[in-house]
Parts: sequence; structure tokens; C-alpha cells
Amino acid sequence: MLLEELSNLDGASGDEGEVREYLTHKISKFVDNIETDPIGNLICFKRGKKKRPTVVIAAHMDEVAFMITSIKKDGTFRFAKVGGIDTRVTLSKTLRIGRKKIKGVVGVKPIHLQTEETKDTIPKFKEFYIDVGATSDKDIKDIQIGDYAYFDTLYEKFNKNIVKGKAFDDRVGCSLIVDILKEQFDYPLYAVFTTQEEIGLRGAIVIGNRIKADYAIILEGTGAGDFPRKDDLPKSPYLNKGPTLTIKDRSMIADRKLLDGIIKIAKREGIPYQFKQPSIGGTDAGRIQISQGGVRCAVIAVPARYIHSPVSLMSIKDYKNTLKLTLSVLKNLTKAGIK
Amino acid sequence: MIDLENLIKNLSEASGVSAKEKTPKDIVKQELSKMQIEVKEDRVGNLIGFEKQKRNIGKIMIATHIDEIGLMVTNFDENLLRFTTVGGIDKKILLGQEVTVYGSKPLKGVIGSIPPHFQPKEKQKEPFTIDDLFIDVGLSEKELKRTVKVGDFISFSKKCVKLLNNRYSGKSFDNRVGVAALLYTFQEMKHFKHNWDIYGVFTVQEEITGLGASSATYSISPDVGIAIDATFGKQSDFPPDYSVEIDKGPVIAVGPNIHTGLRKYIVKIAKEYEIPFQLEAEPGLTGTDAAEIQVSRLGVPTLLISIPLLYMHTPIETISIADIKRTGRLIAIFLSKLTRELLKGDKYAT
Amino acid sequence: MKKLIKKLTETFGPSGYENQIRNIIKKEIRGYVDSLKVDRLGNLIAHIKSKGKKVMLAAHMDEIGIVTSYIDKNGFIRFSNVGGFFPIHSLTARIMFENGRVGVIGEEQRNSMKDPLEISKMYIDIGARNKKEAEKIIPVGTFGCYERKFEDLGKRIIAKSLDDRIGCTVLIEVAKLVRKKVAADTYFVFTVQEEIGLKGAKTSAFGINPDIALSIDVTGTGDTPKARKMAIKLGNGAAIKIKDRGMISNPSVVNSLIKTAKKNNIPYQLEVLEMGTTDATAIQLTMEGVPSGAVSIPSRYIHSSSEMVDIDDVNAAIRLISKFLKTSL
Repeated sequence: MLLEELSNLDGASGDEGEVREYLTHKISKFVDNIETDPIGNLICFKRGKKKRPTVVIAAHMDEVAFMITSIKKDGTFRFAKVGGIDTRVTLSKTLRIGRKKIKGVVGVKPIHLQTEETKDTIPKFKEFYIDVGATSDKDIKDIQIGDYAYFDTLYEKFNKNIVKGKAFDDRVGCSLIVDILKEQFDYPLYAVFTTQEEIGLRGAIVIGNRIKADYAIILEGTGAGDFPRKDDLPKSPYLNKGPTLTIKDRSMIADRKLLDGIIKIAKREGIPYQFKQPSIGGTDAGRIQISQGGVRCAVIAVPARYIHSPVSLMSIKDYKNTLKLTLSVLKNLTKAGIK
Repeated sequence: MIDLENLIKNLSEASGVSAKEKTPKDIVKQELSKMQIEVKEDRVGNLIGFEKQKRNIGKIMIATHIDEIGLMVTNFDENLLRFTTVGGIDKKILLGQEVTVYGSKPLKGVIGSIPPHFQPKEKQKEPFTIDDLFIDVGLSEKELKRTVKVGDFISFSKKCVKLLNNRYSGKSFDNRVGVAALLYTFQEMKHFKHNWDIYGVFTVQEEITGLGASSATYSISPDVGIAIDATFGKQSDFPPDYSVEIDKGPVIAVGPNIHTGLRKYIVKIAKEYEIPFQLEAEPGLTGTDAAEIQVSRLGVPTLLISIPLLYMHTPIETISIADIKRTGRLIAIFLSKLTRELLKGDKYAT
Repeated sequence: MKKLIKKLTETFGPSGYENQIRNIIKKEIRGYVDSLKVDRLGNLIAHIKSKGKKVMLAAHMDEIGIVTSYIDKNGFIRFSNVGGFFPIHSLTARIMFENGRVGVIGEEQRNSMKDPLEISKMYIDIGARNKKEAEKIIPVGTFGCYERKFEDLGKRIIAKSLDDRIGCTVLIEVAKLVRKKVAADTYFVFTVQEEIGLKGAKTSAFGINPDIALSIDVTGTGDTPKARKMAIKLGNGAAIKIKDRGMISNPSVVNSLIKTAKKNNIPYQLEVLEMGTTDATAIQLTMEGVPSGAVSIPSRYIHSSSEMVDIDDVNAAIRLISKFLKTSL
């Protein structure tokens, strides 16, 4: 299954090859042109009957992960984060390292040997280490400095609707694009799989420079808000309540008319939708919107719990509704008063 | 012949939190019956494999605990579960772990928290307390309350992974590694003649109260008690001069909880038969079944043999298969050479 | 039943000094059992003979308290705790001694209101004018406990030492309800010195060697403002213990209790207690091990002089245990 396979692939900022290869294979027969640019973005082009408008749909291929920074004499590794990961979720996890996906564990001192102070403090990240079972650095053959290490998570179904996996941010977006490309559209469509979103929306900068687009819809996996709160704040977006629309985040304000059009279509077709809490997070839309002469942007996302951790949860129902809504928007782009 | 790789994988992945040890016990029952060893279960749940001799010189009990640490449902928080620990668990390792909740049917879940950026900056440096964490099984509040109730047991769910050098990393190697070693001991004993009645006890609830060990020792009333458990192996974050290391053989405990004469004798055997071994100083109680065994009834000469294990009480506990084999062989040879004379006083005292 | 609870809770009985309580219980239960005996440590064991499995029911007679350690020249008495006697509940509370004398707990001046309370900085004031006067009334080594009146609020009651006089009451009422018609060979054991280490339970269990044991004690609740997250609520029924700080209940015993409650429509709730334990922990570890559990009475403000329980919960516990004794186990 598409989402399952994408979630299980390993690809962090600067190491998206595995994901790019898989996607190329999946979409090649649905597009007219495929190219990879120097920063690694996968750019696919579908011709349309008309010449305008030019539309971009985008999702990023990279997930958050780690990079080996040094090898100690005792055969353990020091490592750094690639993208934003909470130090606390890294302790005592299993990782898979490098092309050969060698298994390693992030060691932690047994509780029996901790003191009163250390029991309540998180060790410094620079003191964390990965153990692959080596007796010394001489045992290390297939791992070198600069290799990437990923959470060793496998996609699994929890019940008929909820699935668990890593990297739903943003493999869910990649999966949506593959599903979307199977359809036909009357205008030129660029389907873009960007790189290095997690370390500063870098791939998107180049996309903005390369493609002159009228509209761009960014498809994301976004953090759900339905966790326990001590205050009275709303908990949107919820799992199972549908595609999540951004009004404003830290990287951009969505194009008003485009957003209104999306909402109109959702209402007309009876597709549930919800809004992301304003001023949280950022996406590739932030870069694309201000590229060249400007692009009218919107973000449609599938909510997921515990993003940027080894285990994320999302709803298949939300996926299906997000796909339905996005397809409907793309098909009605030139009508529905979006101009 | 025991397929040790498969066995430790199955034992590690089986769920057997203290008081709910049925699944690993079933695996052990199967292995014991394959070796044609009689099995019974006592009234607190200990599983006992025993081999009686036609004319025995006494009883030896080898005890190894089969329970693992875990969690328990304490309350509902809308569609999420609040929990407490069963056994000693470091709260720092809980976030982002995968678990199984044993309600009316097993439910897969994850341990979650509020997103880090929702906390004030200073709080982000501190570990989440257990009160701040919750378990998410991806169900609605209604469906959750239909399937789960307060007091339901939760175990970590983790696939065992193979590392370099025949090491394995997974949950509950404390003390499935001991369970495997005891089974391996039974297998090795078939190569040696001896005249002891052997009771291999897979004890329950060691992580909570030592109930299994104290009850079994009382009812069996053995002449010698040997406990097998896991002990700390040197990790990268330990002081460099820490003496016990993984893959260097079984660890023989020395100290007041251990019978000096027996200990000196098993060291002699290890040297004679060239089985790599290590010594571990235990100046007080050992924190294992050995503590309960030693003070049962009229007192029991006790040994503690441990298997080095890294990252104890986390789901990434790491052990070496070679250490399991060495432990089994050492104990089997020791039992075949043990005589009643050696129990009288301290023959090897200087 | 409320009269009995009032009598039991208002009576003096810290750990080691349970005789007055024992005498009250003896009188109440005498006509409903086949035999009564008192063992070496002071445990009261009431037995209903039957051919079934041996069931031991334990409730402790002792309460937390204090013991006097030193009298200063002005007649103020220093003390230390007997069991979980917490300073925070005791400041300006009244203490009574076996001879009936009553005193007030005071404290030395603290540097700031934020400083923690410490027993070493507290004392008992019995109104003596000097050391000689004090010593005559309350010599060093005298035991004391809270002095507080029982209050009837209708559905709920407030009293000191509901931990565990309410458990003792439950056992007495069970004996009165079953009228010797039980399937189990039943031992009602009123234990001593639970609060200082489950001592009476350990020795009485050794003497009886039961097949199954239940302790009847109080447990906490999570139903007061911003309380510790606990599922137990006053009024939601008898609490069937799954786990507490000291032990995990035997799952078969737990299932049996739940089955009994469901079959007889007795309201019950499931208990996971994070702080505290009961006599069952000691009984469980006796000799070959005893499958054990507990039926608990939800209580607020435990170990203060104003503990609160709900009478419906007490009645549910009485019915549950009575029915349990009638099932063939």
C-alpha cells in the first residue's frame, strides 16, 4: 500500500534518494516529464489542454532523522539531529543506520544506577550515543561519519481507521500527489516533491526560482491539536475531522480567494474540513509564495499526532477526504470563482 | 536441541508483566515438554520443571524470574489512557514507546505527550512526568471505554533486533535471558550424570515483591538454591573501569547474600572447564530472587549467577547469546560435580 | 452500624495498644462465630468452621499515632510518629492518651510560612505548668492518637481512624449477615500493628496458612478538586484492588470478586493505588504463598483526623464479602 511503503522508506534532508527513486518509479507513467534539480527536488510535469493557469502541487520528501558525527574507540557513535526532534523522545530508541540499515540503539543508563539528581534531568544530547553491538571501532565496517540514522519504525494498522508509522509528515503529502497524478487536468500541472523542508524549506526556494506558477497547493502532514489541555483552548485539528486548512502560519498567510474557494467546494461536496491553529509551524508555501513575481498559495494537510517522533498516528478517513477535496479543488480551479 | 536465537526472540516479544506471565510460561512449558521434563504450576503461578532421580542425594532449586516490568491503566482522560508503572521504570524512556494494552482484546498503542512546543521553554529541558504522559490507542472515548478498564495491564511491544557480534536488543531480556539460560541448563544437564532432584523454577512477580521466589523456596525446601538473573554490563556511559562486560561470560556474585563455599567451588569449576566468567561484588542484598531464597525456613546455601545486560529496564535491553550458552553449561557441570560434602561448612575458606 | 463505627473510631488504639478496640470487637462478634482467640501478638481471630477452602479476611485494629520521647523543662512534650502520622495533618490537632488526657500539637516558630513542617520542631502541650507535672501524667514512652468526634453527615461520615476501623466494622457486619452460613472455612482476623509494618498480618497468616486471603482496608479517591488522578470515587461502590504500592492482587481472586459483584448486582469499582498498601501484602508472602486480594473502602483525607467514607460503599463491601464467602471457591 502506497502510504505504508512511503512511511517505511528512509529519507532525511539531504538523503532523500530512496524516496525519490520510489516516487519516480510510481508516477513515471502518469506524467509527461520528470527531472531532478541540483538540490534533489523531483519535478514532474503533466501537460494540459490549456496553457494557463500553471499550477503546482507540492509535498516534501524529507523526514526528521539523525546523522553520525563521530565514531568512538569503543565502537559507539555520537550523532546529531537533522531537523527538529525533541531530545526527550530519542532516549532508548532503536535506529537503522546508513544504506545497509544497520540496527543500533540509543543507550541510556539503567534507572537503578542513577542518582536523585539525574533521575529528573535529561542528559545532554551531545552525550547521547548509538550502540550497534560493536566491541570497538575496529568492528565498524559499514557505517561512516555523515551516514544518516532513522527511527526503526514499521507502519502498522491500529484499527480499521487509524494507522501508525513514522514520517507521515510529509509522506502523506507525497502519497496524495501520487494518487492525484493518476487523474487528468485541463491546465499544466507541476507535481513537485521537494527536499530539505525540515531544515529550512530549502528545496522550495529552488522550486520557486525554477517554476513560474499561478497557484500552488502544498500538501502536508500537520500536527494534530487533540491532546489533553489544562486550559480552555480549542483542540483543532482533530484526527477524523477531515483535511486541515491553513489560514496563517509562521511562514505565510494563505491566499484569501483560493482559501475561500477551497472552503466553498468542501461545503458543496459535503467534505468535512477544519482549520489549523494560526501562527504555528511553517511549510514550503512560505518560500513558494514569495518567489519570482509571487504565487497564490494554500496549504491542505492531513492531521497526525506525535509528528517528529518515532511513532505518529493518522486517520485513513482523513486521507481519503483530503484526497477528495484536493482533487475537487484542482478540477474546479478554473471555475468556482477562484480567480 | 534448543533453537536459541528463535527462543530468545519469542521470549523477548512475549508479554508477561508481573502477575500476568501466561504467554512466556506457555513458551517455557513447550520447551520443557520437548525435553521430556515434568511441569507443574504452584498456587501463586510459579512454573516448575522438575527432574527427580531414583535415589537422590538432595534437592537443588534453580530459580529465574519470568515476569517483566510494564504499565497499568489508572484512569481515562477522554479518548486517552493514564497509567502507572509496574516495577521500576525510568520515566525518561517512556515517551514515544510502542505498547500493547490488554483490555478485553489486545490494543496497539503509543505513549504520547503534548507537543514539545506547547510547553514553556524551561519545561522542555525536563523529562515528562508520568502524570503528563498518556497512552493513545487511536480509538474514540466510547470505543476505548468499551474495551479497556482501570487496572488493565500494559506491556511494551518491541520487535527484537539483531546487532553486531551476535548481540540482541529488545524488551524484557531482564529476565528472559535468564529463562533461556535455565532452559539451556536443562538441555546441558542431559550430558552429565548427577544424583540431585532438580527443580527449575520460573518465578513470578520478582519485579514487585519476590513472591514467586519466597513461595517456591518454602514449598520445595531445597538443599541448594541458585538464582539466575540479569546484571549490568558496562555501557559507553559507565565509568571506564566498570568490571562486568557483555560477552565475557556469566557473572558470579560474591558477598553476604551468597554462600562462600559454593561460590568458590563454582569458580573452580569455571576455571577447570575453561568457561569464561566474571565476578561481581555484592556488598549487600543482591536485589534478586537470591535474597528471598537465602532466608527461607532453616536457611538455604545460595548462589547468584547473572548474565550481563545493557540498558536494563528499557525496551532496548541488549545481551549476547554466547553468555546464555556459557551460563547453561557452567551450571550444568557444577550440578554434576556438586556433592553434599561441599555444603558442610566452608570447605574452600582460607 | 453507625453507632458501632462511632464507638470504634472514637476509641484509643494506636499500633501496639489495640486492647480497647479488641474488647469492643470481641463483644460485637462473639455471638456470630464458632470460636474466638487472641494470638501472641494480640491479633483477634474469629473463626466460622466450614468444610470449604480456608479464607482469611484481615482488617487492622490499630491507627496511626505518636509516642512521647522527651519532656522539656516547661512541660512541653516532644514526640515521634507511630506509622504514617503526617505533620501537615497534625498541626494544632488534639492528641489523646490512654489515660484519657488530651493535648494540643504546637510547633516552633518557622522562619517563613513556606518552610516545611517537621515533627522534630513540634511538641504536644497538655497544659502542664512544668516538667514534673507533665511527667506525672504522661511519662516518656507514652503512646497517643488523634482525638476527634465522629460526625454523621447522612450518606457520608467523618471520623478519625476510619483507617481501618471501617474495615473492622465491615468484618463484624459480614459476620452478622452470614450467620455462620458460609461455604468457606472463614477466619475474621483483626490484626495489630499494620501501620508500622503489617506485623500482625504476617504472624496471624503464618498461624492460619489460608488458601485465599482478602484485606479490608481504606483506599484513596480521585474525586476532590485537582486531586491526584485516580479513578476511585466516593459512592461508586466497593473497590476491588488490582494493585497498590506493595503488591499485585492475584488475578483469579480479582476475577472471582468481580464475578460475585456482577452476579449479585453489587456496585464496585476497580482500584489501582499508587501510594500505600495493606495487610494483604504481608499475607501473600506467607510460606508457600497465598493468593490474595483486597476489598477497599474509598476514603478521602486518609491519615488525617477527619477521614470520610460513603455508607453505600461500606454496605456494598459488606454484601460483596458476604456473597464471596458463600461461593464455593
